[in-house]
Amino acid sequence: MMMIFGVPLAAFTGQLMLGLINGAFYALLSLGLAVIFGLLKIVNFAHGAMYMLGAFATLLGMQYLGINYWVSLILVPLVVGGFGMLIERFILRRISHLDHLYGLLLTFGLALIFEGTLVNFFGVSGLRYPTPELLQGGYNLGFMFLPIYRGWVLLAALVVCLGTWFIIERTRLGAYLRAGTENSALMQAFGVNVPLLITLTYGFGVALAAFAGVLAAPLYPVSPTMGSSLLIVVFAVVVIGGMGSILGSIITGLAMGLIEGLTKVYYPEAANTVIFLVMILVLMLRPAGLFGKEA
Amino acid sequence: MATTETARIPSAAMQRQRRANMRRNMFYLALIVIGLVAPFLAYPVFLMKILCFALFACSFNLLLGYAGLLSFGHAAFLATGGYVTGYLLSSYPGITPEVGILIGTLAGVALGVVFGALSIRRQGIYFAMVTLALAQLMFFFFIQAPFTGGEDGLHGVVRGHFLGFISLDDNLSMYYFVFAVFLIGFAIIQRTVHSPFGQVLKAIRENEPRAVSLGYNVDAYKLLAFVISAGLAGLAGSTKTLVFQLASLTDAHWHMSGEVILMTLLGGVGTLLGPIMGAGIVVSLQHLLAQSPLGNWVSVILGLIFVVCVLSFRSGIVGELAKSYRKNFK
Repeated sequence: MMMIFGVPLAAFTGQLMLGLINGAFYALLSLGLAVIFGLLKIVNFAHGAMYMLGAFATLLGMQYLGINYWVSLILVPLVVGGFGMLIERFILRRISHLDHLYGLLLTFGLALIFEGTLVNFFGVSGLRYPTPELLQGGYNLGFMFLPIYRGWVLLAALVVCLGTWFIIERTRLGAYLRAGTENSALMQAFGVNVPLLITLTYGFGVALAAFAGVLAAPLYPVSPTMGSSLLIVVFAVVVIGGMGSILGSIITGLAMGLIEGLTKVYYPEAANTVIFLVMILVLMLRPAGLFGKEA
Repeated sequence: MATTETARIPSAAMQRQRRANMRRNMFYLALIVIGLVAPFLAYPVFLMKILCFALFACSFNLLLGYAGLLSFGHAAFLATGGYVTGYLLSSYPGITPEVGILIGTLAGVALGVVFGALSIRRQGIYFAMVTLALAQLMFFFFIQAPFTGGEDGLHGVVRGHFLGFISLDDNLSMYYFVFAVFLIGFAIIQRTVHSPFGQVLKAIRENEPRAVSLGYNVDAYKLLAFVISAGLAGLAGSTKTLVFQLASLTDAHWHMSGEVILMTLLGGVGTLLGPIMGAGIVVSLQHLLAQSPLGNWVSVILGLIFVVCVLSFRSGIVGELAKSYRKNFK
């Protein structure tokens, strides 16, 4: 059997694949955070909770309403994103004129509420969601075994990430968004409905998190606390990459997943912490972050 | 001659200042008397818990309220103080509790130097995220480190004898020990806030570029504030470990970092007494809820208080009281 630095090739590529999938989730979530931060200037602490709600909506939708995976993939981001828009319209907007730290505190409170409520109904142990029939099984690629579902997650996440990049960088709506990020007061003076744009942006960022939640449902145990632990890692990813650039968020997310996967192969004890260590390194060498714009 | 005469006649402003100082001193004295008789009116362990969290919240408030830095990782310092003290006292029987607490506090200071130096390199929202991530790093460290007891935590920490001969096993003597620790911590904070150093911190909070342009080494001021805050949080954690004779992962979890923010916000950010009141309310609330049918809803209720505080109550209880006092009596 072929070995790479003393590790069997199949185990090596398998872990790399797992890392890449984690990275896809980091990318999706940090992308949503970056989009929201760009226009609203708040860090959405409820992002992990929205990801969790996406996974739970998928699970409960199947259990109680018989909604299958493919419908959920479209429906859940819309529903959770709509829920996010309501939150923005009726809660976040009321503090938009204040110091942005209040936005962080408010969304943190919301995250506690969502998480605590679901813990009461479902406990903290994870629930299982079956892999959709079409995506069961896997291929033997010779150098590794690829479960179809994992390949699908990676593909879907990449397509959505690049689609988001395309919308923001190449369409008129994206141009509005970027202009609003630069100077929303001037945008409003030009006649653009900025409050509506803000609501839609928050909804879109939340929908990205919910989409990640749907993808995660068959992959990880669905539990109320699944979002918060992931979110802290995503925060570290955001600090590493900086929130200034869309492509930067995607690349950093994937790269951090890969580094985590590699660490799992060679030094499993540090797999949980390696991203935080990278963050420390980046803070020391390049405090503004790899793709950061702030001075 | 005439100049000494005028110097002796205090101006109206000075008199007002002196009266205000006296009122403040009387107020503090009254609080201390309440603190001294409290263990005869309420369960001492409960009071000690409030005092420990009050000190923790005060240390956090020094950073947020006076330097404008929102740390989302203060649990790391609480837990570090707690684990170090707990480990020392249970592994080395010769160590007296005050030495154990001192070393625990120093551990908090040391961690504060490292985390502070890293996190003040970023501002605002990034600062909060960096501190949160660093605290999570410590959380994983505590799970894996050989001396923390992992998921079980450290149990049966010996309270020992203060100065070698006053037993702290009795809850009443333990209470007065904790009360003394709290007063020392509070005095440090009070002194820091009202010192020239504290004034510079406020200047940085209000307008950092201006403080820079006035020639202040802003990073050094922030770092020192961070280290003082971390040390006091370590002190709170060490004392808490001694009181409950255990150190566990709960103290290191990000929920704890969130709780201390809530205590400070509820009582009043940037007021000296607010965090104490906030800690008292949150601890009492948790205590009451734990016994009621709403026991499982604690985190939801804390979240609701968070949201209500931010939406309509941003000065906190003490802050709002101070506002209405100024409006009605001055």
